[in-house]
Amino acid sequence: MELDPLILSRIQFAFVVSFHAIFPVFTIGLAAYIAVLEGLAYKTGNAAWDRLSRFWIQVFAVVFGMGVVSGIVMSFQFGTNWSNFSQATANFLGPVLSYEVLTAFFLEAAFLGVLLFGRDKVPKGLHFFSAIMVAVGTFISSFWILSASSWMHTPAGVELRDGIYFVTSWSEAIFNPSFWPRFFHMALASFLTGGFVVCGVSAWFLLRKKDVEVHRRALSMSLWLLLFMAPAQVLVGHAHGLNTAEHQPMKVAAMEGAWETKTHAPLILFAIPDQDAQTNHFEVSIPGLASWFVTGDVAGEVAGLDQVPVELQPPVAIVFWSFRVMVGLGMLMVLVAFIGLALRYRGRYAETHWYLQVLRGMAFTPFVAVLAGWFVTEVGRAPWLVYEQMTHAEGLTPSLTGGMALFTLIGYVMVYAVVFAAGLYYLMRVLQTGAPTLEDIGHEDQKQRPKRPLSGATASWEQEESKA
Amino acid sequence: MSEPVFDLTLIWAGIIAFGVIMYVLMDGFDLGQGILFPFAPSEDARDVMMNSVAPVWDGNETWLILGGAGLLAAFPLVYSVFLPALYIGVFLLLAGLIFRGVAFEFRFKAKSSRYLWNWAFAGGSIVASFAQGAVVGSYIQGFNVENGVYVGGALDWLTPFTLLTGVGLVIGYALLGATWLIMKSEGDIQQWAYRITRPLLLGVMVIFLIISVWTPWVDPFVADRWFNGVSPIWLLPILALFCAWRIWVAVGQQRDGLPFVATMGLFICTYLGLLASKFPYVVPPNYTLWDAASAHESQLFLLLGLLFVIPIVLIYTAWTYWVFRGKVKAGEGYH
Ligand code: HDD
Ligand code: HEM
Ligand code: HEM
Repeated sequence: MELDPLILSRIQFAFVVSFHAIFPVFTIGLAAYIAVLEGLAYKTGNAAWDRLSRFWIQVFAVVFGMGVVSGIVMSFQFGTNWSNFSQATANFLGPVLSYEVLTAFFLEAAFLGVLLFGRDKVPKGLHFFSAIMVAVGTFISSFWILSASSWMHTPAGVELRDGIYFVTSWSEAIFNPSFWPRFFHMALASFLTGGFVVCGVSAWFLLRKKDVEVHRRALSMSLWLLLFMAPAQVLVGHAHGLNTAEHQPMKVAAMEGAWETKTHAPLILFAIPDQDAQTNHFEVSIPGLASWFVTGDVAGEVAGLDQVPVELQPPVAIVFWSFRVMVGLGMLMVLVAFIGLALRYRGRYAETHWYLQVLRGMAFTPFVAVLAGWFVTEVGRAPWLVYEQMTHAEGLTPSLTGGMALFTLIGYVMVYAVVFAAGLYYLMRVLQTGAPTLEDIGHEDQKQRPKRPLSGATASWEQEESKA
Repeated sequence: MSEPVFDLTLIWAGIIAFGVIMYVLMDGFDLGQGILFPFAPSEDARDVMMNSVAPVWDGNETWLILGGAGLLAAFPLVYSVFLPALYIGVFLLLAGLIFRGVAFEFRFKAKSSRYLWNWAFAGGSIVASFAQGAVVGSYIQGFNVENGVYVGGALDWLTPFTLLTGVGLVIGYALLGATWLIMKSEGDIQQWAYRITRPLLLGVMVIFLIISVWTPWVDPFVADRWFNGVSPIWLLPILALFCAWRIWVAVGQQRDGLPFVATMGLFICTYLGLLASKFPYVVPPNYTLWDAASAHESQLFLLLGLLFVIPIVLIYTAWTYWVFRGKVKAGEGYH
């Protein structure tokens, strides 16, 4: 069988970017949380906030470190596998992606070191300020990267001359039509990720009756946060969908599993989309609801996939199911947040065993939802790389053979498997070690420490050693 | 369109060239620790080697990423030809860097699995250094490009010549690493570093000589540049030889900092010599800086941000080196 470099490159890109994306979404949410903790510690002088912040900063350090390592790979992916695309879009994407990297460096150089290592060396106010700047910086970083990505979905502010894009308006290109909904949706996704992980970890400490006072505070705080964020995400997601319906109707058609353009379009709860037959099997649906969502009227007309030839349709099943996974998890998050409120009302949220178990499990759901969301967005763009202007096939590196692509795909999978298994294992060790006690804090060595993210965590690799 | 007032292309070429040499010098000596790792006399020596670069290695790699992103923004043709042409090499480079980076962190925190991280650190460093050397070699060799698109094969970059430049850079980084270690260590470890420096220097000079003869011989453009009458660029090899001589003597005198400084001098002269050989071609043999440049407004847009961030990164870098100046003693870690 002939190996197809196109498919392999797509799988490789999806693999490395998904891997990378897991870390930033978490660091963005966590950075904001740490800034809040630092602020509380600064204002109240309460040691509990201080200990919590020290604990979560260690987690942050490990995750941030892994984000950097996986990000390095990303900045070369465009050139190795998508060189035609890089060349055509460099005038816009080059500066924008570079700004992401610059922001990250600027952050690292100026504030991350202070946040991770400067606690006892700089005035408290400055430490708090650094925490805020790190949080703001992660947002600026995602601002650039999301602008780049959005531009590929809704290109604007450019003109195409001899196969090369030239920027005619930076503001139109950067703030392209799908940018804001995507930015807010992603920002909320990051907060939800941070929130659910903090809840899950706190619940786990409460279940083990370890350091209960401190983690109870953390739990209470994040549950309040989720109570607002989870419903907000549903609303923003809906707005995002409307924006997509306007600019990329075929993506929405794939999300809805709508093969035909029609009025009174139903909202499909379950179906097995069949692209060959251009129809759904085993469909379970609510009549008129999709029309109502998209047009505000049950009789409104919703575009179906029949508007474009089959070869211009995205792979429907992937988009359709990813969308349901994301939305399903989003609804589940709302439910869990409200149960928390109900339990709080009876003053029992931190003692209810089953609820704490649920929260523990929920810690993984935002990651799944985020990846599912990106799959909807990116696979739904297919076959276009730059929407309706350049296809995946046109963007591919011409000299790339199937063998080369397969070699690096297997290579990246192996490298990541080893490296990130180690990273995740170590993250677990940090979580197990828990917040430093007041005594530990007093004894913390006053030596100069290196300014690398990962060395911000001090847990030992082996379990036995930490007990000794 | 109006003609731009400044030629940003040259400014960008300067920035990228600066980034590359910063990267080579700084990541060079810490990759060098990894290359020398398997040969270290003791586990204590390994601790000292790692500790001597622990506070700075991460910042050193900053320059590589900045280079990668900057190329896409300022010289997209370079980016979109080099990366496909060096496809497999780039993968090896990244995989090597990832392994050694992670090994760095976890070696400090592990005890019983420490030997595994030692191997990862050494292997990753050697592979990454070799891949970088091969990149330099293929740049000298030139690329098979038609209409701005690379049309060669996956392994075109792997020739006897690039093998030689690859090995050359591995030894060169080892030399940088050894002289860095002379500066940062004392006692037995420093003595060991003194002992290996001269053989490494000899190795570098031999390969350097072969490359200097080979290059003009395979590339008439380079031959013409160097041997067409008396030229100021002849100063570069002379300075390089001078640096090499200084390293040799300084090791004999057991000087502390001079070997490292002179090694940096050797690298800089060689690097400038390479740039002088090829200027203004960035995608040899056919494309100049100006052919490869992105649009003026794109270069300008990024330059503004860069002018703001680079000084901060430089200050931060200098500050870190200042804070961690001085000798690293056995048994004393930063971790
Ligand atoms: C929404 C957020 C987001 C998304 C979608 C991406 N990244 Fe990212 N990236 C970040 C958010 C981020 C970050 C939060 O800003 C990181 C994590 C660690 C860091 O230093 O910055 C980062 C790090 C990071 C680094 C390393 C910077 C450093 O060493 O400090 C590079 C080179 C990239 N990214 C490149 C990419 C590319 C090419 C992407 C997509 C194709 C991408 N990122 C998607
Ligand atoms: C960080 C979150 C992101 C995730 C999880 C993600 C996920 C994906 C996935 C799953 C694909 C495969 C689609 C397919 O093959 O049909 C893809 C494709 C692609 N994405 Fe993204 N993406 C993210 C961000 C970005 C950004 C910010 C950019 C651009 C700046 C980008 C550029 C691309 C490109 C060039 C492709 C084409 C290659 C391919 O189809 O595999 N992505 N992405
Ligand atoms: C429950 C209601 C939700 C709705 C209606 C919704 C809607 C959408 C839509 C329509 C898209 C695709 C937009 C496009 O490609 O143009 C999208 C993408 C995405 N979703 Fe959701 N979403 C919901 C919940 C969530 C949750 C809970 C998360 C994560 C915690 C999440 C994370 C994402 C991400 C990361 C993307 C890709 C980036 C982007 O295009 O914004 N979504 N969502």
